[in-house]
Amino acid sequence: MTVQSLQAEPAAVAAQPVLVRPTKSFYKRNDSFMVGAASVIVFTAVWEALWAAGFINELFFSGPSAIFARLYSGLFTRGDMLEHVWFSAQNFLSGFLIATALGIPLGILLGWYRAPRLVLDPFITAFYSTPRIVFVPLIIMWFGLGLGSKVVIVFMSAFFPILLNVMAGVRTTDDQLLGAGRAFCATQWDLFRTIVLPSSVPFIIVGLRQGLAHGLIGVVVGEFFAGSSGIGYLIGEAANSFKTDLLFACVFIVAGVGIGVSALLQQIEQHFQRWRPANN
Amino acid sequence: MTTPKLIAKDVSKVFWIEGEDKPVHALDHVSLSVGDGEFVCIVGPSGCGKTTFLNIAAGLLKHDGGSMEIAGNLSNGPGRDRAVVFQQARLLPWRTTFGNVRYGMELHRRFDEAQMDERTQRFIDLVGLNGAERRHPGELSGGMQQRVNLARALAVDPEILLMDEPFAALDAQTREFMQAELLRIWRETRKTVMFVTHQIDEAVFLADRVVVFGTKPGRFKAEFKVDFPRPRTLSLKRDPRFLALMDDIWGLIEEEAQRAGLLHAYETEARP
Ligand SMILES: Nc1ncnc2c1ncn2[C@@H]1O[C@H](COP(=O)(O)OP(=O)(O)OP(=O)(O)O)[C@@H](O)[C@H]1O
Ligand SMILES: [Mg+2]
Repeated sequence: MTVQSLQAEPAAVAAQPVLVRPTKSFYKRNDSFMVGAASVIVFTAVWEALWAAGFINELFFSGPSAIFARLYSGLFTRGDMLEHVWFSAQNFLSGFLIATALGIPLGILLGWYRAPRLVLDPFITAFYSTPRIVFVPLIIMWFGLGLGSKVVIVFMSAFFPILLNVMAGVRTTDDQLLGAGRAFCATQWDLFRTIVLPSSVPFIIVGLRQGLAHGLIGVVVGEFFAGSSGIGYLIGEAANSFKTDLLFACVFIVAGVGIGVSALLQQIEQHFQRWRPANN
Repeated sequence: MTTPKLIAKDVSKVFWIEGEDKPVHALDHVSLSVGDGEFVCIVGPSGCGKTTFLNIAAGLLKHDGGSMEIAGNLSNGPGRDRAVVFQQARLLPWRTTFGNVRYGMELHRRFDEAQMDERTQRFIDLVGLNGAERRHPGELSGGMQQRVNLARALAVDPEILLMDEPFAALDAQTREFMQAELLRIWRETRKTVMFVTHQIDEAVFLADRVVVFGTKPGRFKAEFKVDFPRPRTLSLKRDPRFLALMDDIWGLIEEEAQRAGLLHAYETEARP
């Protein structure tokens, strides 16, 4: 009886599920980029309109077209910004690469072994919780006004976020997985290679991104304080002489580098995290 | 009869717990042996030291007294002669089914690359995961994850398989099917198994011998020979002799629980 009454029901829904892999539209696949781009375009348009209409005082602020023109001439036609960009790039890259090259291995070491962690912990905590800017005058005193002191400042700014995140990543490795590895006779190196390192990848990337942000602050602040070249120096100069278009051009370069490298790191992270089940 | 694969003699273990004056006697002079090809289940009230005993056998925990011999060698630390199937599957989330089953062999370093690939596929097929080789653990059901866990342990070709409540986290239905599956797999591989469980019906269904642990201190209390013919099917669980044996074992565990104050505590808790 029940069966019959069920059959009598009108077929309101399709009897068979659709066996086609669902495809996402171009918009669905790129929604975060497209919404973000649209929002930036609208913002810039409004800003430019206000600028063109004369609502913005040139002495304290600037407009997109003026900034872009200054950026273009500074980098390509007049080329007066090139020297400073190059100087800062050298400072930043050297400092950041040294911080990465030392921060990741040391973070792993201190995360994995207790004894060296106990020895170094007070110093790391002290350095990390002190604003690094207080060391800038001292570093300039020690390493001079040129490239050396800037590299050291970038290094110090980027090193601690990298170190601490990598340490945290190693220390939060799942004990259950380590136990499983040990039960199958894993050596310390096996555990590190097959469990600790893969599970630390997100932490390492976060460390690098924080290090990047702090390193950029470091390079600008260092050049701002002393010396006669670099983006930081140029920002100070531009502000003192009310060249707001030049000032904003510098700000955009720094922001552009930050966004670019950060996006690159995100790509790297996604490459390592492909195994995570997609949750949209 | 050939020599046993596991011989525990007077194995004892105490835990000192922060803030408690007296140590917990997790195991008190436990002696037990598991014969070659035998399937032994350990049951007992919660906290009687079953997991502790299994971890000592696995070499993951050091015992304080007595001796633990695995496949003829005194155990001190994990060894290539045994494999553990954990309660939680403990799979590497970034590896596929194939990679996870292969993982144990990679760590054991007993087979060459080609052998590892061949065995990985063989044991994936054996546990019925054919077709799911390329899925990651996050894309497997709980029952499928436990199959991977089991295949990883079997693939290293251990002398003895140590299993700690491997089906406890599964729903009742999946658990029953997995029990039947385990017996099929066991028939094909003829491994020696020591299997810890809470479920008396699971123990009686699977085992050649059921060992009952007592609690406070954790110790060997009794053992029951289970000689229902094999191959066994799930319908055995409704056989009156099966139920009678379960009753006997349950009686002992209840007695232990009462003696240890566990049952009394539950009664008073249940009262409104
Ligand atoms: N690492 C540890 N530190 C301190 N005490 C422990 C530790 N592991 C176990 N114990 C204690 O030892 C006793 C036995 O624990 P064990 O986990 O072996 O019991 P079990 O029989 O597996 O229980 P269950 O059936 O609930 O899993 C318990 O009293 C527990 O509190
Ligand atoms: Mg247990």
